[in-house]
Amino acid sequence: MASNSDQQSMDVNYIARLARMNLDALEARQFQTQMDGIVDYVRQLSELDVEGVEPTAHAAPIQNVFREDLAQPGLTQEQALANAPAQSGGQFIVPKIVE
Amino acid sequence: MSAARYEAVIGLEVHVQLKTRSKMFCGCATSFGAEPNTNVCPVCLGYPGTMPVMNREAIRLTVLSGLMLGCRINPRSKFDRKSYFYPDMPKNYQITQYDQPLCLGGGVEIEGASGLATVPLTRIHLEEDVAKNMHFATCSGVDFNRAGSPLMEIVSEPAMHTPEQAVAYLQGLKQTLMYAGVSDCNLEEGNMRCDVNVSLRPVGATALGTKAELKNLNSFKSVLLALRAEIGRQEQLLREGGRVVQETRRWDVEAGATFLMRTKEDAHDYRYFPEPDLMPVVLSEQQIAEWARGLPETPRQRRARFASEYSLPEYDARVLAADKAVGDYFEAAARGSKAPKIVSNWVMTEMLRRLGETGQEIAAVQITPAALAELVELTEAGAINSNTARELFGELFANGGSPRALVEARGLAQVSDSGALQALVDQAIRENAKSAEDFRGGKAVALKFLTGQVMRLSRGKANPQLAAQLLEERLKK
Repeated sequence: MASNSDQQSMDVNYIARLARMNLDALEARQFQTQMDGIVDYVRQLSELDVEGVEPTAHAAPIQNVFREDLAQPGLTQEQALANAPAQSGGQFIVPKIVE
Repeated sequence: MSAARYEAVIGLEVHVQLKTRSKMFCGCATSFGAEPNTNVCPVCLGYPGTMPVMNREAIRLTVLSGLMLGCRINPRSKFDRKSYFYPDMPKNYQITQYDQPLCLGGGVEIEGASGLATVPLTRIHLEEDVAKNMHFATCSGVDFNRAGSPLMEIVSEPAMHTPEQAVAYLQGLKQTLMYAGVSDCNLEEGNMRCDVNVSLRPVGATALGTKAELKNLNSFKSVLLALRAEIGRQEQLLREGGRVVQETRRWDVEAGATFLMRTKEDAHDYRYFPEPDLMPVVLSEQQIAEWARGLPETPRQRRARFASEYSLPEYDARVLAADKAVGDYFEAAARGSKAPKIVSNWVMTEMLRRLGETGQEIAAVQITPAALAELVELTEAGAINSNTARELFGELFANGGSPRALVEARGLAQVSDSGALQALVDQAIRENAKSAEDFRGGKAVALKFLTGQVMRLSRGKANPQLAAQLLEERLKK
């Protein structure tokens, strides 16, 4: 699903950009090596014969875990904003969103 | 190239807030208009370590919507994480459905220039709504009350070609969802939001052109105007030998034009992957059938029923059933009436005209369905004439009340007693000797004028047919 998932190695600079991280050249090289190592390790899975096995995101055969539609009290406004770096009029205040 | 004629291809993504009591993955209330950040908890604030639990009702309402729109219900669906960075989503991912949505296919019936047509749907999936951002001069505010509310995304195929079709699609979709009772579908209040994709291609071509996505469309009118402006912009660009770039554009009501928000270069890479904290949803045929039993009437079914049950012409049934609230009103008035077609006439003409003029909702009008039924009964019984009835309707529309009581209090009852009318007939002939002469001389229209005079003398209360009849008898003597 990811745009470059079919590539042999991970593009660390691209991943860093997606994660809004600034890497210098040394870090980029370092992480590239480590990430390639991880991907290589996980690649061992491709040696398995999974012919006829349904893809799944979960190992446990559990489904339909629901809750009933009942409203419950949550946090008070004061509690919700307790950790906010800035607040005004009951809202979290963040740097101006440019988009 | 410049001589080519272009055809627009339009697809819509509509987000609809579901009418549940609690949010999609936590128990916070979904009520609107509350003080900022008062319907929140660690789950919808995106705290690390919290776990989402699915609201069964949101699943049911989405399936219900799918059934109303003729979708196939996916026997197995799942939720995924869509990664992005924006202050409306502190987890940095939105829980949504990527490759296994709840509903597939289906369609929305629209009324087009050439009769009824169906706009096919691609899918309907369920996701969590995000927080609301407010923009100030130097900073932005975030209110999480809306964050985590169940949101249905309904995606159409790129199958529409004119702005008018897109609006008809939205109206048809809204009505079906209103019939289903799954959402309030109010664009202004943001519980129905829509993004529009539009591209142009030379007439006759089958490949799609490069599309632009339009945002900030919070009314049907905005959709119409934004599409007209954007189609115009793309057409001019192509005619001048340019090419359309894939980009997101923002509709600016004031300027009446669309403006660039972002191009494909900075398009998002959402890195979808399965939500590990939620197990799949598996719906058995039995479960779907059980929900389907509680399925409300669709606009199409109601149209057919109105036509047969109330012996209405197809046209009336279509107008009345097009809007659920209008249909409800009609039915409440017609159910106890001996003349449903007359009730239909009132609703389709006087009522819709006045609603249009005053911008009122039919569900909130002063004139009750019972009062309208009574008004129809009074005219049908000949107790009041049609002019009086129209005046009374205006009065009832503005102030409410009982037509029968108004007729009695104001002495508006139609005079159908020939004895009482005879004097007025004689007076009209006396005062308009010339017209009486004309009629005797063979000018049939003179009778209309004289009847009008009798009506005037009776202050509108005379039975016009009887007045004309008496005049004719008198003049032919």
